[in-house]
Amino acid sequence: MTGELRVERQPAVSDPAAATGVSGPGLDPEKVRADFPILSRRLADDRPLVYLDSANTSQKPRQVLDALAEHYEQHNANVGRALHQLGDESTSAYETARATVGALVGVSDPAEIVFTKNISEGLNLVANVLAWAKEPYAVGPGDEVVITEMEHHSNIVPWQLLTERTGATLRWFGLTDDGRLDLSNIDDLINERTKVVSVAWVSNMLGTINPVSEIARRAHDVGALMVVDAAQAVPQLHVDFTTLGADFVGFTGHKMVGPTGIGVLWGRRELLEELPPFLGGGSMIETVRMEGSTWAPPPAKYEAGTPPIAQAIGLAAAADYLSDLGMGNVAEHEHAITAYTLDRLAEIDGLTILGPTEAVDRGGAISFELDGVHPHDVSQVLDALGIAVRAGHHCAKPAHARFGVQASARASAYLYTTTDEIDALADGIRYVKKYFGVG
Amino acid sequence: MDLDSLYQEIILDHYKNPHHAGLREPFEGESRQVNPTCGDEITLRVHLGDGADGERQILDVSYAAEGCSISQAAASVMSDLVIGKPVDAAMSLHDEFVELMQARGHAEPDEDRLQDGIAFAGVAKFPARVKCALLAWMAWKDATSQAVGTDMTTRQEGVR
Repeated sequence: MTGELRVERQPAVSDPAAATGVSGPGLDPEKVRADFPILSRRLADDRPLVYLDSANTSQKPRQVLDALAEHYEQHNANVGRALHQLGDESTSAYETARATVGALVGVSDPAEIVFTKNISEGLNLVANVLAWAKEPYAVGPGDEVVITEMEHHSNIVPWQLLTERTGATLRWFGLTDDGRLDLSNIDDLINERTKVVSVAWVSNMLGTINPVSEIARRAHDVGALMVVDAAQAVPQLHVDFTTLGADFVGFTGHKMVGPTGIGVLWGRRELLEELPPFLGGGSMIETVRMEGSTWAPPPAKYEAGTPPIAQAIGLAAAADYLSDLGMGNVAEHEHAITAYTLDRLAEIDGLTILGPTEAVDRGGAISFELDGVHPHDVSQVLDALGIAVRAGHHCAKPAHARFGVQASARASAYLYTTTDEIDALADGIRYVKKYFGVG
Repeated sequence: MDLDSLYQEIILDHYKNPHHAGLREPFEGESRQVNPTCGDEITLRVHLGDGADGERQILDVSYAAEGCSISQAAASVMSDLVIGKPVDAAMSLHDEFVELMQARGHAEPDEDRLQDGIAFAGVAKFPARVKCALLAWMAWKDATSQAVGTDMTTRQEGVR
């Protein structure tokens, strides 16, 4: 061990050129990178930043940062209530944002786009209003809610709270050894007692892309509602909510080059109209009397209080940014860089990938174990080399328990990730092994 | 970045060959601590008894821990330090170690007292890792408080 960190370059066995799309005509990550000021930052010891933690939160392009600044500098006012020019501008930008963000995910009715602070709030919103709903949506004793073992905690805990509070039963799909949903008992799990099925579209830990439409069909066959956690799907796939077969889909802004503090819950309009409100307060009412109140139509019905205005406008800038690149191109790049990363990691002895090892129905989050080195230590040494990955349970403790591990390291690429960065990761992991004397 | 000040040889040695690991009987106090941000876990037991001078003494510390090198090594070094010590003396070592961890690398640790524990001085420069180093100590303090409490109850019952 020496004070200076010397990393040996090991050329790829896999051919970068074979990773189609990585530098194809669709999307040029080098050009994309120029839009992200943070990517040219130097870290300690003047090392360039290799940011491989985008499944955690993505970086933000200049276009989004400018939209935020412009809103605060030129148009800042509260929305839906200020009858002055700034109020008009702010309200108009906020409502336009709803339409822009909706369009990115195939939704043409802006009333179906509810802004939340993040996807956790969106999922909690659905779980709560179903506890308070009337038939046929009410969840109560004897009813069942079905989730999966690969969910993020934010798609587990709200359903645990709902079922515990209402006397309903929580059930879940298990996982196969290669990190896919075990659908062999789908007819038993989703049955006439099932009221809600809630599933991640793309796993944040295993990377698995789940057959959401197939599960939704079964859910609808038994009259259950289908909820989809699309936090990892919307950033990296070309999606259309209207053909998915879901009733509710949640996602979050900060993982799709947008700001923090803004999420989206899409719901079918008739459901948003029929179900009771979530939080009470300003903006969500039609009229208030001391004896009782009536509700504004959706989406305002579910947006109590001053909403995250600048964040919504920033998210619209993010949606525009992604639309300009083309989500098809983004998805193609994500697929190619994921395939390249899987190949390069497979070359490293003692490294085990948790989840699908081939880039088939697979998103960009790649969690792994390194024999003899704890994930925190992997991450710490990589950090010293300027490589940012996540280490820990990634808010998916049950999925880790399923694979008999307590934690993992996770590398996640995005539209600005280059094969050079993946090479740096592979070299970095070899350095980690050397540092800890494990080969 | 001064990686070697974090990963001192002493720490890596304890990580590879942890002392006093495993859960043993008898014990009067047991504590399970979890670091919710990273998932590190430790279950730790404390066995008390009377020392030669009649003072209550830590006779054994046993543990099952899962986690990074820092948290594993901390459990090993901690048990080395407190086993065989009177409860009060061990508690003051705890306080000293916590103080070292909060010093952000500016403290001069006392090697005579903290022994291998001084290797953790560098950890204090990495705020995200301080909790790793403290997890075992937190478990030990909690288990010891329980053991002392049980001990008092048993003794009082004995008097009756």
